[in-house]
Amino acid sequence: MSTLRVYVDGVGLWSPQLADFAALKSSLAGTVPTPPPARPAAATLPPNERRRAPESVLLAVEVAGQAVAMSGREAATLACVFASAHGDQPITDYMCATLARAPAELSPIRFHNSVHNAAVGYWTIATGCHAPSTAVAAQRASFGAGLLEAVSQVLADQRPVLLVCSDTAGDEPLLEITGCTQPFGCALVLAPEASTTSLATLDLSVTSRLAGGELAEPLPGWHDANASAAALPLLALLARGHGRCQLDAAATLGLQIDMESVA
Amino acid sequence: MPALMTPLAITAYTATSAMGRGLAAQLDALQCARSGLRPNDFSSAPLDCWVGRVDDVEQAPLPAALATWECRNNRLAWLGLNQDGFIDRVHAARARYGAGRIALLLGTSTASIGATEEAYRRLDPDGGFADDMLRPAIHAPHSLVGFVAAALGLEGPCLTISTACSSSAKVFANAERMIRLGLVDAAVVGGVDTLCDSVLFGFNALELVSPAPCRPFDAARNGISIGEAAGFALLERADVAPDAPQLLGYGEASDAHHMSTPHPDGLGAELALRDALARAGLDAAQVDYINLHGTASLKNDEVEAALVSRAFPVRTRASSTKGFTGHTLGAAGIVEATIALQAIEHDLIPGNLGGSTPDPICGAQFAWHNEQQRVEVALSNSFGFGGNNACLAFARAGRAA
Repeated sequence: MSTLRVYVDGVGLWSPQLADFAALKSSLAGTVPTPPPARPAAATLPPNERRRAPESVLLAVEVAGQAVAMSGREAATLACVFASAHGDQPITDYMCATLARAPAELSPIRFHNSVHNAAVGYWTIATGCHAPSTAVAAQRASFGAGLLEAVSQVLADQRPVLLVCSDTAGDEPLLEITGCTQPFGCALVLAPEASTTSLATLDLSVTSRLAGGELAEPLPGWHDANASAAALPLLALLARGHGRCQLDAAATLGLQIDMESVA
Repeated sequence: MPALMTPLAITAYTATSAMGRGLAAQLDALQCARSGLRPNDFSSAPLDCWVGRVDDVEQAPLPAALATWECRNNRLAWLGLNQDGFIDRVHAARARYGAGRIALLLGTSTASIGATEEAYRRLDPDGGFADDMLRPAIHAPHSLVGFVAAALGLEGPCLTISTACSSSAKVFANAERMIRLGLVDAAVVGGVDTLCDSVLFGFNALELVSPAPCRPFDAARNGISIGEAAGFALLERADVAPDAPQLLGYGEASDAHHMSTPHPDGLGAELALRDALARAGLDAAQVDYINLHGTASLKNDEVEAALVSRAFPVRTRASSTKGFTGHTLGAAGIVEATIALQAIEHDLIPGNLGGSTPDPICGAQFAWHNEQQRVEVALSNSFGFGGNNACLAFARAGRAA
């Protein structure tokens, strides 16, 4: 099978230590960046939605907004692929605890916010986006599988696509199950052709699953603390400007990615 | 404007719902206009409503080798996979193409959240999950797909699509893109959702559940009946199976309007319809049958009936089959895709069960009772929370282009 080539036009990133992609770059260059406020700003949402939105939506919208702003593209024109391994863990915890105790008291708002596509739903509403949108999951391979889906949309329909992958932290008892001890989100705007804002090319090929390479400190700890942080090897390549990485796209499938900066 | 799509062959398909196990039971229920809905007998404190429950899921344990995936949703998935020789067809495809060359793309709204609910009902005294519930893979949205990948021995791209009630319609689009790009040679698509407290009490909290069997497009409709189902299809390139029915096109679009209410003008639904017709190279007048989303919620049916009236001539027949199955949520897309395929195979327009006093907003396109007529082209609509819309176009093998 031939290699799949896409262009990266924008990158978004948020974790408790890193406010954005620039913070990852400076961290890898050896400085300690100023951490962001505890709650992602998610400035794309209207103020009333921002106040009410669950953390999972704020996180996804924050990184999506960063990547789209960097790309210089109109958000409404981008097809959307939003990935998350666990969805909104605080809402899952609320729902299951309430159903065990007093099911008739379940909140209707929390219920409609519990769907896996809540974040992409709020994003399309906030940006007036009528393009196709989807929400996907693949356990610890959610970023790689979401990337493969986004790339297949870019190339099959020759259109730019916004990829978001994010997971919030869990609390006990769910934390024992998900292992997500801190939030992490990232986003890429991917395009079929080079544009004036293109940062890099990605050449992807599907492989059998191989062991991933070593990550520089302090990335390994962040990588293990959140399923969506499986994106870090690729984000680190993008920060450095070139190289090859391997991501999981499924339990038995890998993605090999060769990345080059666009001069 | 999307490019014209090269049709794909649907070389096997199956569905299990309240209508019964497998295609023969489904066809019989459709032909006899027999609803699968029953008074709600699910959960320890059943809500006063009707449900589309699959019989004996509890009595169908998983094989020992797959026991780590045990939960009600995966039992229904296993029950569904074992109908209509579907597993044998997948094994044959696996032998032909290789396990890494078949994608697995399934939709689900809540996966096995019922197992997580159960874990919370019987937490250990220390507040943690009981030992038998400490199985991380079943407490995640990817539980269904992880299980089916293990059950079928597939090693290709493997993805859960979870866009609420459009989930298992959208999987056909994922599959077409991957096959077109040469990432895979075939795809197993489908979806499974099971009854659970989250959806029963959740839709109840939104005041969207009817106390009576749902009545899609009826003037007195007052909400949905929730159902459960499993359905699967195998997609391959058309040249390997010239006699198989075909996926002609698909459309996807977003309402950008509201999380739990459809766009008042059906904007996203119409964009998805136009996208599907364009990919399929069809005019609306060439469509013989549309299986509607038709949930029996006040708003959905109002918006969708208006779309049918403005987009289709009277010769196009339209109906909802939620009166047979209930709303099977993330599985609705695949179940109704199989009904559209049976409409083509058996020249049967299923009547809109439950619509005894048609809402005057419904046009002459509506088939209130079964009709027997040639069906060359059938569409299926699926719309979900978050304003997520999908439309699928199917055709008889060898339909003159």
